[in-house]
Amino acid sequence: MMQSTAAVSISASSVATGAARSGAARRAGGVRVCGLRGEALACPSLRISPAAHARLAVARAVANGAVGGSGEFDYDLVIIGAGVGGHGAALHAVEEVGEACSGLKTAIIEGDVVGGTCVNRGCVPSKALLAVSGRMRELHDEHHMKSLGLQVSSAGYDRQGVADHANNLASKIRSNLTNSMKALGVDILTGVGTIVGKQKVRYGVGFPDKEITARNIIIATGSVPFVPKGIEVDGKTVFTSDHALKLESVPDWIAIVGSGYIGLEFSDVYTALGSEVTFVEALDQLMPGFDPEIAKLAQRVLINPRKIDYHTGVFASKITPAKDGKPVLIELIDAKTKEHKETLEVDAALIATGRAPFTKGLGLENINVATQRGFVPVDERMRVMDADGNVVPNLYCIGDANGKLMLAHAASAQGISVVEQITGRDHILNHLSIPAACFTHPEISMVGLTEPQAREKADKEGFEVNVVKTSFKANTKALAENEGDGIAKLIYRPDTGEILGVHILGLHAADLIHEASNAIALGIRVQDIKFAVHAHPTLSEVLDELFKAAKVNSGLSHSVNEPVAA
Amino acid sequence: LLDFGANTKARLSSSGDQPKPPSPLCPRLIRRASDTPEAAAAITAAASEQQPAQSLGFPVLPSPPTSPAMAGLLHLNSTLLPSASALRRRSGAPVPGSSSSSRRRCRVEAKIREIFMPALSSTMTEGKIVSWTAAEGDRLSKGDPVVVVESDKADMDVETFHDGFLAAVLVPAGESAPVGSAIALLAESEEEIPAAQSQAASFSPSAAPPPPQETAAQETSPPPPPPPPPAPVAVSAPAPPSPATQGGARVIASPYAKKLANDLGVDLFSVTGSGPGGRIVAKDVEAAATAPKKAAPVVAARPDVPLGSTVPFTTMQGAVSKNMVESLAVPTFRVGYTITTDALDQLYKKIKSKGVTMSALLAKATAMALVQHPVVNASCRDGKSFTYNSSINIAVAVAIDGGLITPVLQDADKLDIYSLSRKWKELVDKARAKQLQPHEYNSGTFTLSNLGMFGVDRFDAILPPGTGAIMAVGASQPTVVGTKDGRIGMKNQMQVNVTADHRIIYGADLAAFLQTLSKIIEDPKDLTF
Repeated sequence: MMQSTAAVSISASSVATGAARSGAARRAGGVRVCGLRGEALACPSLRISPAAHARLAVARAVANGAVGGSGEFDYDLVIIGAGVGGHGAALHAVEEVGEACSGLKTAIIEGDVVGGTCVNRGCVPSKALLAVSGRMRELHDEHHMKSLGLQVSSAGYDRQGVADHANNLASKIRSNLTNSMKALGVDILTGVGTIVGKQKVRYGVGFPDKEITARNIIIATGSVPFVPKGIEVDGKTVFTSDHALKLESVPDWIAIVGSGYIGLEFSDVYTALGSEVTFVEALDQLMPGFDPEIAKLAQRVLINPRKIDYHTGVFASKITPAKDGKPVLIELIDAKTKEHKETLEVDAALIATGRAPFTKGLGLENINVATQRGFVPVDERMRVMDADGNVVPNLYCIGDANGKLMLAHAASAQGISVVEQITGRDHILNHLSIPAACFTHPEISMVGLTEPQAREKADKEGFEVNVVKTSFKANTKALAENEGDGIAKLIYRPDTGEILGVHILGLHAADLIHEASNAIALGIRVQDIKFAVHAHPTLSEVLDELFKAAKVNSGLSHSVNEPVAA
Repeated sequence: LLDFGANTKARLSSSGDQPKPPSPLCPRLIRRASDTPEAAAAITAAASEQQPAQSLGFPVLPSPPTSPAMAGLLHLNSTLLPSASALRRRSGAPVPGSSSSSRRRCRVEAKIREIFMPALSSTMTEGKIVSWTAAEGDRLSKGDPVVVVESDKADMDVETFHDGFLAAVLVPAGESAPVGSAIALLAESEEEIPAAQSQAASFSPSAAPPPPQETAAQETSPPPPPPPPPAPVAVSAPAPPSPATQGGARVIASPYAKKLANDLGVDLFSVTGSGPGGRIVAKDVEAAATAPKKAAPVVAARPDVPLGSTVPFTTMQGAVSKNMVESLAVPTFRVGYTITTDALDQLYKKIKSKGVTMSALLAKATAMALVQHPVVNASCRDGKSFTYNSSINIAVAVAIDGGLITPVLQDADKLDIYSLSRKWKELVDKARAKQLQPHEYNSGTFTLSNLGMFGVDRFDAILPPGTGAIMAVGASQPTVVGTKDGRIGMKNQMQVNVTADHRIIYGADLAAFLQTLSKIIEDPKDLTF
């Protein structure tokens, strides 16, 4: 809080006096630390009238020199990288300032295709494949069909048709993204961007020769698939998600190296299309990033009944693509002893060992910034830190390139947070309010802390943690869909009712998580949200059950007395 | 089906209500658990392994959920209850038959209790065994956790209501069972474990292999089906995650092939792969699972016997051992007879093409003889009285890999020879597939044991407890015989030898019975009606 207060005073002093009055009023409740607009966390009753808002915006814009052009700079804001993060930032920048004046003059530099990883080689095409896999799964599940009273003759698929669907979806979203930026007046500059000095960027195709100046710069260059040493990627039989999403083949047997989100989603796709899958996981457990209980159930639902086996606690030390009639060879060594354990012979290998930041050629050395394992170091406001640990003014880095939370929507949220700051509103994004989802069938989603994390935090800070769970089998809508597999779990503080984490595995879990993530972002507590009404019968009642099952010891904000012990 | 309007309204009103004591759910659940007097399972306070204190909306949990939720849940439950309980009844339907019969036996034999799949929530119709926390042979005290069950809510530890020994696991980890069906047997004393295990053989027709990770810890091999595979041959099929490398040799098998091999009990080392590079794929395992079953039993077993080691009894061997020792309590005697089978052989040749088997013919002949000598079909259970059995059920001993089982031809006197043959074939198939139901192998009133196919000309059988007589049948062989008119001729003859309980069956009874039998066999026209 100390730090926040300091930040407020600094930014306030830089604002013209006309704004100071309303600015003070606006920040009466302190710095916003939530991921959403609005001041609910600090002071739920405080609302600023639209007029005051506009007045404030003008004042702020004047202070930033943003009104009517960019003053001595070519642009108010230049974003390097037109992925989801850059796009989110650009849109917010041009729209932000509101009724009184136009937004920031913004350019976005893209050396490849608009949309970045998410749209072209990530979330978007994979969702297309997963949509197919979900349907295949359903159509092949005779038991499921029969219990619904449906009769379907054998289902098949056309690989090229599926691949086209994914590709078409990516093109469509890409053009949507491009059009939305063009329509709002974002300049799209083509080429690779390099920072050549303070507030100065050079870009161009092949030989970058165009130089522009910008009041503020956001690095949003994203990431590329990480391929560990010893693995030879040929793009045909040994490949990364970049190739896999093109679905050029459906191998009979594919090894997936890494059992995180990417690996898990691809196992869902491949097994639905008839492949058999072998997971290779370096840690001792599959799905290491998930809440252990969710991982356990996920294994029971998503791994064990499918044509999947796995090796845990092993590294793939060497992977050789198939050639001369030989299969793909995967050498496994013990993760701890490094002893050779065995050699797998498979038809293909998907390397899903994570992603590495794409920050080469950014010219960071020109401004005394040293990357850490490739990531650009930033503070909690996404301000880039130089090699001496000082903030580099007017330079920000968002998304995978800073490595804080490598998710498309996190990048976008960080971008919006940065734009808020450069337009004069201090803002810190609460990363614990950012949900994550894995689009398997059924889906997995989560927000906040896992149970072990919450318990560790509780031990350190000396509070109590409670966990409540409910099952999809108790949900009418899930049963109507014949999809009762799944649980939802709420981790909270029984003393304050604060929601620490929510984890869901079950039908449409990815869509269900937002009630929880919004509650965390807005600081809503279980004793309040439990009175929110959910339509019956809907899957959202799964969360309703959770909130209602949670017991809070002090009836702080509500008058309803709750029995402390039954 | 559901009255949504009322349902919603009630939900709403109940959630708005002031908290009610959260008790309603608890007694109901507890009552359900104790409804079944034999239920040896209770719900523990502990939820999943990790957090024993998580409130899951279950009775004994330390922090039950707040009442509005309870009320809402309750209402929903009560709306669903009729159909849910109907469902439960339906899904549980196949069980009562088998379990009630075993309960009957259980009363006669020993204090062997069944551990049932508990209803952990009012919407639960079946539960999946996540893992067995106790292994077969473990001593358990009241309140000890026995098994982790995946209910529709979460994983729950289930504990025992009684002291005893976990004698037999009927539903292995990873499988599901309807609420109320037996999932394990609890023997009151260590001595009763074999009895329980033989009883266990009557449960669960599925030939599922034991959970791989537990085998090491177990004293006896736990598979529930009647005749478990002989221990030496028992293939330690690799668990899904296990490496394809075993003991230095490499096996390349696809994930699904490994899974199938585990499920079907196929040794991947014995499978030839047809996939790319000789890889074993699913269809290879399937082929291996169906094909060699018929060839294997004869050849497979012996070479693999681990010489010099002591191998614990399988469930079936334990049961046989127990029965044999018990038989010593019965005073038996033997009477032999030589029967000419020329006519029977001729008849057999004639109707063989219609699917009639020699076993069926012998059973039929025996049954027809028993009709005239009910005392030989009687049994003595308490040493004080005769029980003249109302049906003539001929049990015929069959050797299967790793043991012995006696499929029963019920009412063999009443069925015609063709039906009887069909029935026999069906029983043998089931026995080989280890799928005989209890009444199909333990309802015999008279036993036939035939070793003739090995060339044995005579032998002596031990009387199975609970029956009056057993007949050992030797091979029918061409024999030089002198006839009454002083000539010498060749006849096919076989020797039969009946062992009987002399408390109820006397020498003259057996002699008369054998004379009748020989007449029927020597003039077998009545066998075909």
